[in-house]
Amino acid sequence: MVIEMPTQSDGENRMIKANKRTRFSVAVSVVCALMLLASVPVKAADATNPEADRKAFQAFFFAKFPKVAKDDFANGPYAVNEGMRKQWKEIMEFPPYDPALDEGHTEWDKPFANGKTYADCFDNKGEGIRQTYPRFIAATGQVETLEGAINRCRVENGEKPLNWMTGMMASLTAVMAESSRGKPFDITIPDDPRALAAYERGKEFFYARKGQLGMSCASCHVSPAGERMRGDILAPALGILAAMPIYRSDWGSMGTTIRRISSCSAQTRSLPLEDNGEDYRDLEYFLSYMSNGIAIAGPGTRP
Amino acid sequence: MMRAFFFAAGFAMLSLPALAATQAEAEAALAAAQTTEAQAVAAKAAWTSTEADLAAARKALAAENWDAAKAAADEARSQAQLSIDQANEQKTSWRTAIFH
Ligand code: HEC
Repeated sequence: MVIEMPTQSDGENRMIKANKRTRFSVAVSVVCALMLLASVPVKAADATNPEADRKAFQAFFFAKFPKVAKDDFANGPYAVNEGMRKQWKEIMEFPPYDPALDEGHTEWDKPFANGKTYADCFDNKGEGIRQTYPRFIAATGQVETLEGAINRCRVENGEKPLNWMTGMMASLTAVMAESSRGKPFDITIPDDPRALAAYERGKEFFYARKGQLGMSCASCHVSPAGERMRGDILAPALGILAAMPIYRSDWGSMGTTIRRISSCSAQTRSLPLEDNGEDYRDLEYFLSYMSNGIAIAGPGTRP
Repeated sequence: MMRAFFFAAGFAMLSLPALAATQAEAEAALAAAQTTEAQAVAAKAAWTSTEADLAAARKALAAENWDAAKAAADEARSQAQLSIDQANEQKTSWRTAIFH
């Protein structure tokens, strides 16, 4: 067996090679660091770009459901499941939200104790404006939902606020949705850092995993949309608020957006948050903005 | 014989606290769980499962079932801590779930 001892020049050669390698890896690190530095400002610039988000969000759902017409996304499970659609057509012969609409119209026309009415609180007397809610209110720096605007109207006119989840609140939003049917969601995010921050918080809420089950809104309403979960068909996140408020047979009553979001939170074993708190308002702002262009179809009915 | 008896008695006394929780231990466990859960609620990270364990602990405490109370309270505390950890982890990792 011959063991080749490295000659002097071999050793030197290796050292030179090692040196070269070190220099090379230093150079690579420097380039990497520069690339990282260069990418930071780029990332910051496109971190909050609602319009780019919306286009990509909608493109995903249009590609996932090529046969579903754009405005049909408002119909949630019925848009993506043929069997349920048939059932729905039958239910709609006598829409179960009709009593709520009747109740809502009566309440809407009834003056407050001070003689003012709901119509006095809204643009265009409250007709055909639901698609513009939630709105960013510059004076408060906060997002206001339709329910928030109704309760603010009541309180400013000396009336008690309504329950956020069901009952008269759902009846009133049903009336406002009905007069806005067919009008595409038209949510505005003004160029105000507070509005962009609210949008970004809403986006985070949608994607962040919560609850003991570690699920996000996206976990159920993006990739698995259209699939069956227990007895339900999962609605696609696109247009998911366009039919609010809804009558759900499962509840046996009407529910507002907040009711629906709270019950989804509870499904993940996440403790629902404050009814009209910033978290849900911002979430609704994000989700509604993602649906810009999808026509309002509320009030809706669901299994 | 006698030695065996003392040995057994001593062993029983030693292991008693581990087998059966005292009222004070159950109450301390509940207090600790409530503190951690309050932090989870403040961080908007709380889980309904933690609330259910807390309710079970309170019920067992009222029924003077210290063992069950302590076990449920310990579980509540660990769940509350997990929920806080989840929220902290999600503060950055939610971005990886964005599909658009
Ligand atoms: C564990 C799965 C799951 C998660 C997570 C989940 N949901 Fe749902 N969601 C459902 C189911 C089931 C329904 C009822 C069937 C349907 O309409 O999709 C539903 C319905 C809805 C609806 C009504 C859709 C319609 O057309 O009537 C909205 C709005 C909604 N979810 C929003 C959310 C939001 C916001 C989140 C995050 C806070 C969320 N969901 C998280 C399962 C989930």
